[in-house]
Amino acid sequence: MEPGAEILVKCLEKEGVEIIFGYPGGAALEIFDALHKSQKIKTVLVRQEQGAAHAANGYARTTGKVGVCLATSGPGATNLITGIATAYMDSIPLVIITGQVSTGMVGTDAFQEVDTTGISEPITKHNYLVKDAKQLPRIIKEAFYIAESGRPGPVLIDIPKDVSSSQVEYEECNSVVLRGYKPNLVGNKRQIKQVLKYIRKAKRPLICAGGGVISSQAEEELLQLVEKLQIPVVNTLMGLGSIPRRHPLSLGMLGTYGLAQANLVVQSCDLFIALGMRFDDRVTGCVEKFAPQAEIIHIDVDTAEIGKNVRVDVPLVGDLKIILGQILEDLSIGSKEAWWLKLSNDHVLPTDKLEEEGELTPRKIISALNNILPENAIITTDVGQHQMWAAQGLKIERTRSFISSGGLGTMGYGIPAGIGAQVAFPKRPVIVITGDGSFQMGMSELGTCLEEELPLKIIIFNNRALGMVKQLQDLYCEGRHVSVHFKRTPDFRYLAQAYGALSLRVEKQEELAENLEKFLNYPGLAILEILFSPSHNVYPVVLNGKGLDEMIWEDVERDHKEVGK
Amino acid sequence: MKHTLAVLVENRPGVLSKVAGLFARRGYNIESLVVGETEDRTVSRITLVVEGDERVIEQVSKQLNKQVDVIKIQDITAEETVDRQMLLIKVSVADQAARQEILQLMEIFRCRVVDIGRRSLIIEATGEEGKIEAVIQSLRPFGIKELVRTGKVAMVRGAK
Repeated sequence: MEPGAEILVKCLEKEGVEIIFGYPGGAALEIFDALHKSQKIKTVLVRQEQGAAHAANGYARTTGKVGVCLATSGPGATNLITGIATAYMDSIPLVIITGQVSTGMVGTDAFQEVDTTGISEPITKHNYLVKDAKQLPRIIKEAFYIAESGRPGPVLIDIPKDVSSSQVEYEECNSVVLRGYKPNLVGNKRQIKQVLKYIRKAKRPLICAGGGVISSQAEEELLQLVEKLQIPVVNTLMGLGSIPRRHPLSLGMLGTYGLAQANLVVQSCDLFIALGMRFDDRVTGCVEKFAPQAEIIHIDVDTAEIGKNVRVDVPLVGDLKIILGQILEDLSIGSKEAWWLKLSNDHVLPTDKLEEEGELTPRKIISALNNILPENAIITTDVGQHQMWAAQGLKIERTRSFISSGGLGTMGYGIPAGIGAQVAFPKRPVIVITGDGSFQMGMSELGTCLEEELPLKIIIFNNRALGMVKQLQDLYCEGRHVSVHFKRTPDFRYLAQAYGALSLRVEKQEELAENLEKFLNYPGLAILEILFSPSHNVYPVVLNGKGLDEMIWEDVERDHKEVGK
Repeated sequence: MKHTLAVLVENRPGVLSKVAGLFARRGYNIESLVVGETEDRTVSRITLVVEGDERVIEQVSKQLNKQVDVIKIQDITAEETVDRQMLLIKVSVADQAARQEILQLMEIFRCRVVDIGRRSLIIEATGEEGKIEAVIQSLRPFGIKELVRTGKVAMVRGAK
């Protein structure tokens, strides 16, 4: 006989869990106590539970393993919610463990009681309320299987205090039997023939690689297919890194803030091959105007995504790695002409080269980063303008190296996600690109960096504004700026000092390269603050209701009075 | 168009709320929902009547299918089915003549009288939606004091 909590830990060890990001509390007391005895699992104490979920997310995205986080009942669980939703929207495999009040107390509004399974229902792939410790081995086995198979996602296990403490016999569980859950992995042969037929026929084919390419580890197959057929590739935000950005066939991110070359090839192609993506509205622009000349092949592991947002000519359900393998096996199609070359050459993103004199612009920061970042760098971002500048301009060469909250757009994600990445890869440089708004949402996790001695490199794009919302107000509210300019901002240099971090500040272009080098070479935690004018907006941008080829470039906001200055 | 879906689910606590919650948050309307155990005690069957075009129904089915606790979904709208609803209705009885008239009417509809009071009757009716509506209409003139009805349960005819 042994307590439920120890059975839980034993099962987690069996699943190969090495790291748990967590925050303790009364209802999780037994679980932490059991973790204390574990030789195999290290616990990373975060500063707020949301950080635990984001850190597990960053860990999962960089390693490809399931990320695990742990919190207590009530506020512990509710603080996790934003993190769980973030993982759910981006299809990231997490197992979330929450403590719960004792079964006898459930439903009585007990201290720190909340209906965790109820609240998390719409944002988990599946969840469990454990009522009997004997069920733990089965539930944990199932949870990991569900989290990482098919379309990955977060699975929550809510464990009441008395279940954690109750003494039961441990019965090993080695197989999963779920009659209601059988992901389709192998592609239908007839549909694969159809796909080949459409590709053969196409004169201007285009591949759009989404996050599914990365989660199914199909990068190698994608590259083979692309090089054999000479088909250009655009990426969704989640798909960045699935093909090296400097590859001649890689055209970068499409969508609302997509690169002009990427958006224009989408609108001109005659075959749009969607791989592991879900046609989010930030990807398609006005959906009726999306890829007007194209037939659409949609390959995804989730049947429910097919035909949800756009009409599809050839649907194909399955695991991308397997399906691309199947396609490559039967491939006898010659390479396609470079129909896209002129479009892409005519519409490269202005890079604001460093050699150009004058104002320090966000694009100059990005090109400076491209010059200096090593290829094995992991980038995490927060959410806002800095995120889009990074997504547009950074040359991401490796898979699982660009970690950003796509679907939910969660500010405060960057630092904890960076923590997860750095814990997973202590030797790789992890760079957090954040804004002054996002930074202030996630900065409590600097405490975790300090404690765990994580040498995160945090770059704050500081325009003393919530730049993305300010941009929306420029574009949609005739430049009336409300609640977007920070009248006063804390001195981040003192904050950095408080956390024992190297602190650097850059205000002029000529200071940039030198400081970046010093910053990246620093062995410990470092914060580089780069100040620039809030007048810079992200371009090109596709306005609401417009097609991807109707981007605007003008600095509209410069015509408006700048309220905050 | 109305669609009837037969959904087999794990007979576990919380499953119904998962299914119902999915409808609410994806903006689908449930016309009626009936749930009960099947021949296999570990499986419950939810009979759902949903309003929507083909596209909506396809999405409903696919989203339901993604639920781990949902075992199987069948759209039986186009099938030959036996379908039934049940109605309990309490009718006012003004006098002896009214009582006689109601009893005769109920004979025609093959309904059962399940409770007799001095001033009221409770009648039980089962049948397809049309019959249930007709029963209600025929009793309306007497004064309906209380009415409760189930949603539809349905089964495909033949060996399938």
